Parts: sequence; C-alpha cells; structure tokens
Amino acid sequence: MATRIYVSRDAAAQALGADETAAALQVAAAARGSNITLKRVGSRGMVWLEPLVEVEDESGQRIAYGPMPAERVPELVKAGLFTAAPHELRLGRVEDLPWFAKQQRLTFARVGIIDPVDLDDYLAHGGYAGLKRALGMSGAEVVQEVQDSGLRGRGGAAFPTGIKWRTVLEQPAGQKYVVCNADEGDSGTFSDRMLMEGDPLCLIEGMTIAGIAVGATQGYIYLRCEYPHAGHALRSAIEAARARGFLGSDVCGSGRAFDVEVRMGAGAYICGEETSLLESLEGKRAEVRFRPPLPAIKGLFGQPTIINNVISLASVPVILERGAGFYRDFGMGRSRGTLPIQLAGNLKRGGLVELAFGVTLRELLYDFGAGSASGRPIRAVQVGGPLGAYLPESQFDTPLDYEAFTAIGALVGHGGIVAFDDTVDMARMARYAMEFCAIESCGKCTPCRIGSTRGVEVIDRIMQGEARQANLAQLESLCDTMQHGSLCGLGGMTPFPVMSAVKHFPGDFSRDR
Amino acid sequence: MAVPELENDSTLEKILAEHAGMAGPLLPILHAVQESYGCIAPGKVARIANALNLSRAEVHGVISFYHYFRQHAPGRHVLQVCRAEACQAMQCEQTEQHAKRQLGVDYGGTSPDGVFTLEAAYCLGNCAAAPTVMVDEKLYGRVTPQRLEAILADWRNR
Repeated sequence: MATRIYVSRDAAAQALGADETAAALQVAAAARGSNITLKRVGSRGMVWLEPLVEVEDESGQRIAYGPMPAERVPELVKAGLFTAAPHELRLGRVEDLPWFAKQQRLTFARVGIIDPVDLDDYLAHGGYAGLKRALGMSGAEVVQEVQDSGLRGRGGAAFPTGIKWRTVLEQPAGQKYVVCNADEGDSGTFSDRMLMEGDPLCLIEGMTIAGIAVGATQGYIYLRCEYPHAGHALRSAIEAARARGFLGSDVCGSGRAFDVEVRMGAGAYICGEETSLLESLEGKRAEVRFRPPLPAIKGLFGQPTIINNVISLASVPVILERGAGFYRDFGMGRSRGTLPIQLAGNLKRGGLVELAFGVTLRELLYDFGAGSASGRPIRAVQVGGPLGAYLPESQFDTPLDYEAFTAIGALVGHGGIVAFDDTVDMARMARYAMEFCAIESCGKCTPCRIGSTRGVEVIDRIMQGEARQANLAQLESLCDTMQHGSLCGLGGMTPFPVMSAVKHFPGDFSRDR
Repeated sequence: MAVPELENDSTLEKILAEHAGMAGPLLPILHAVQESYGCIAPGKVARIANALNLSRAEVHGVISFYHYFRQHAPGRHVLQVCRAEACQAMQCEQTEQHAKRQLGVDYGGTSPDGVFTLEAAYCLGNCAAAPTVMVDEKLYGRVTPQRLEAILADWRNR
C-alpha cells in the first residue's frame, strides 16, 4: 500500500519552499521505487517548522518532520523517511508537540489535517454537521444559538454576532445577503487566509447557516487580491459544494436556496471597514458610508445584510454542531469561545495558535513564541493590526480579553500580535502609522484624509528636534481630532499606535538622531 | 466636447458580455480587463462606462481609487515588497533598499530592462516568516537581501 505523505499547501508554507519539498519527495520516491501518495493539506500553524512533512506510519499515525527544505529530502528519504524512521528532524506526532497540544482548536480543528477542497474529507471530519442541525431548526432558533454562544465579531469590533443576525432576521422578507469580510489587511494577521486556504468549506458552511437562518439566498466573499491562493481554494470548494447540493437552489434537499460567490478586492485597506466594503461590492469607490442606517437594515444594494469576518462565520459550524454551551464554556468574562491568535514579527516560533480567551501576552510571546527571533529582548508589541496600540513589557501580563484590552487603551482586534525587539525606533513606528493612514484613507472625511498627512509632518519635526514640546502637544491635539472626528476606525484609531508609542516610549521622541 | 470614439475590441466585448446581468459588475470587469491586457488603458474606459450606463468619470474614479488597478502596462513580472509592521520588525527596510538598488527604480517604477515592476505592499499575510515579497502570485518568506537576489535571478529568465 502507498505510504501517505502530507505537505502543506498554505501560502506561508509555500513561501518557505513547501512546493519544492513536495516535488523533491516525488522525485526521491520515484528514484527508489517507493509507492507514496502525496496529499497537500492546510498548515498546522507552526510556520516556524515549515516546510513540515507528515508521514503516515504503519499504525496510521501521522509523524511529523520539519523544517524540511527540498535540499534535505534525499538525505531524509535515505534515512527511512517513508517508514517514519528516526532522524534529527523527526518531531513525532504533531498533536503531542507542546506548542500544539496546549491549544484549543475549535475553528481550526480541521486545518492542516484535511485536503481543503475534498468534500468527502470534510464530511469525514465532521463537516456539515452544523448545517445539518441548523436545517432542523427555525431561523430564530439558529440565531438564538449563535447569540447564546457569546460569539463576538472576530474582525476586531467584537460586536455580538447573534444580535447582528437577529436584526437581519427581523427585517421583512425580501432579498437579503450574507457578506463575508475577507479583506484581511491588518499587518500581523493571517488567520482568515489560513482558514480559507486550509478549510474553505468551513467558511462556506458558516455562511450557509447564516443564510438559512435569516432568509438570505446570496452570499459574497469579498477577498483581498493579495490572497490569490485563498481565492483558488475558495472557488474549488464552492464548486465542490455546489456539485453535491450543499449550495444552490435546494440546499441539502431542504427546499431552501443559498449560493456563494467570491469577489476580489483591489488593494484598498479601507475595504476591511464594512460599509466601504459594501460600496466596493456595488462597484464604487470604497468610501465609508454614514451610519445609520446599519448594514443589517440597509446593506448591500440597500438590502438587509449580514456582514461578518471570516473567523466569525467559520466559528458558526462548530457552535451549531456542539451547541452554544460548548463554545461558551471557553473563554473569560464577556469574551467567550476561542480566538485564533497570530504570532508574528520578531518571534522565534511564529504561527497560529487557537486558544480560549484569557491567555496572557507574556504566555503567547514566550511560551508559544519562544521570545524574539533575533535573540534580543522584546521591547514593544503591537496587538490588533496597524490601528492597535503598542504595548511595553509592563503590560505583557494583560489577558487576551476584549474588556481587559479596552481598559488599557488597546485592542484585541483580529488577534494579530507583532513583536519588536529593542532595536525598534518607536518614533518611526508612530510616523509609519500616520503614513499608512494617509496612504489608505478613503478621503471622505477631513480628520483622516488631512490629519494623517499633517501627523507625518509633525512627527518628522519631533524627530528632527524642532520645538519638541510644542510639536508633541500639537500631535496630541491632532490625534484627539482624528479620534473623535473621523467617520470610521481608520482615522479614528490611528491615534492608538501613535499616542501609545508617545506614552510608553517617550525617550524615542526626545532623543537626537 | 469631443467624445472619443469607442474602440472596437472583441476581447473587451467578450468580457462585458460575460458580466452582463451580474450584480455590481464593475470591479469584476476591471479585474478581467487588467488580467487580459495587463492594465486598464484609458482608451477602455469609455466603452466600459457606456456598457454599465455610468459616466467615464465614475469608472475612472473607481480605477484610480484602488491601488491594484493600473493604467499602464507593468514589466514582465510584478515584485511586491511588504513594508507593513511585521516585516518592519524583521528589518524589511534592508530588503526594500536592496530591491530598489537592484532594479534601479523606486516604488511604482519598472526596471529599465522591462522585467520587474516594483511595488510596495501593505501586508501579504505571511507575517510569521517576515520579511515577505511576492513575485506575481508566488510568495517568499524570510527574504534577506541575499535571498532577494536569488529570487530576482530566478525570475529574470522566466
């Protein structure tokens, strides 16, 4: 019988040579006359071990080896890779590695295990059990289940998902939409991408449950164009689901219709903001809309619309399958369930860990991240993307919890954590935050459009030592205007990284350079 | 005012026909045009606007709003260098500077030999293996200046 070998097809694994490793494995197997079946799966999230190769041994266990660049494949194969023989790169079962064993994988349960676009593999691993249960419930019951789970928007705003759905459910019957916000533009975040590449059917199932629950028949996934691999995976998965009746005019024989289409963004960070995303889907410049009306009442093409982040929607199948209580039992305070956390930047062991809320930054940075990649002390951490505050070492014991982060003027956001070592210049990072806002501003409101450019100029003057105190006061006043006068979070939250850098790292703004 | 004559362009007509009846078709059409032609030349705007019952200004406004849409053809390959925070934490400025020196252009420019167009990216989603660059659809992680040179050499002949 052929030996099964698993290699990731995730973009991050490919970026570290997984395709070359896969090709080398085929060549080595052919040369030795070994019979192997190579399966391309999602990533286990251990980016620091990619390219990771798993070999199924005689007892059916998947034994991991890594990191395994293509040039080491011949040596490994010679040492008995195909029989899962010992070697210095042999890691044992992934599930037994402390980094993996300590996680609570609910949303990412299948990622790295199944072939992402093989519907049978998905079904064999519990796929579509959530939809099956939802189809036996009324729309109101499904919405109640999601509300009872405590799920809050994983895109960053943390608004209760069930309440959003209820608003759409309560709108009069007519054309309604489910829109998935897959415009994951925050630096340091890649959980949406990994989910879409590693288990796209999970997202599609979540959207289908949402559609069935509120009476929406059409779903759109608005995907950023920087993610071509995710686009390929999603389209294949949609086709597979359609071919087997999980999407279409009669979902699973229920008589109810729901279909999904992927729409590509075009390189505009602002489209992560839900109303500008809707403008973009309608074919317009992605300028933020005034609220009210809420998208749940007047959203896409003026119709009631559920708009949720990828991880929010992909968390729905497990909630429906296992029940609201199962999901709600994870977490702390008002932050229920789990969060896929992304460890990024200057960390030795970067990747994705899914954990219940409540884990501290310090545990994430040192127990999982193993400290900085450069070996130098970690000086600052940015949590929640380019609009998140910079946190100093004294705040590393803050638990990952929406309310705990708000209390220190920070945000959990989409769960991205970017670590910087002590070579970082925080005045430069503050300047970059303003520069980024200027590049990505949609231009609709003045505080964001003009304020960001003025912000770059003021920080330049501070860095050059020009009337420092007066310019720091000017910067604070400007940030106050942006925070309170901007139409959306881009201008409104750019002050968080800027002012947290000033507050926690004042020396970087007062030294001559 | 002189109205430019509509180009008789069968590829464009095919794209427009394929998107007829689609809800919110402008971005998908622009993507298809750019994929076919490498860019969305100003000469195409009038016909697209006409087909969608929009003004040329509206279509131009959309094209110019989005960083991804280009009005001029790029080099044979597009090299995107990520300069977002996670890459900065791993010294992406060195990779950036090296790319600019090697290609002899700044962001937005095309190398004199016409092979590479250099572009800044703001997160390519590979933040656990920074710095990151992307050539066309191929992603690369932990890209030091040396590794960048090898990547460029590899793509120069493709």
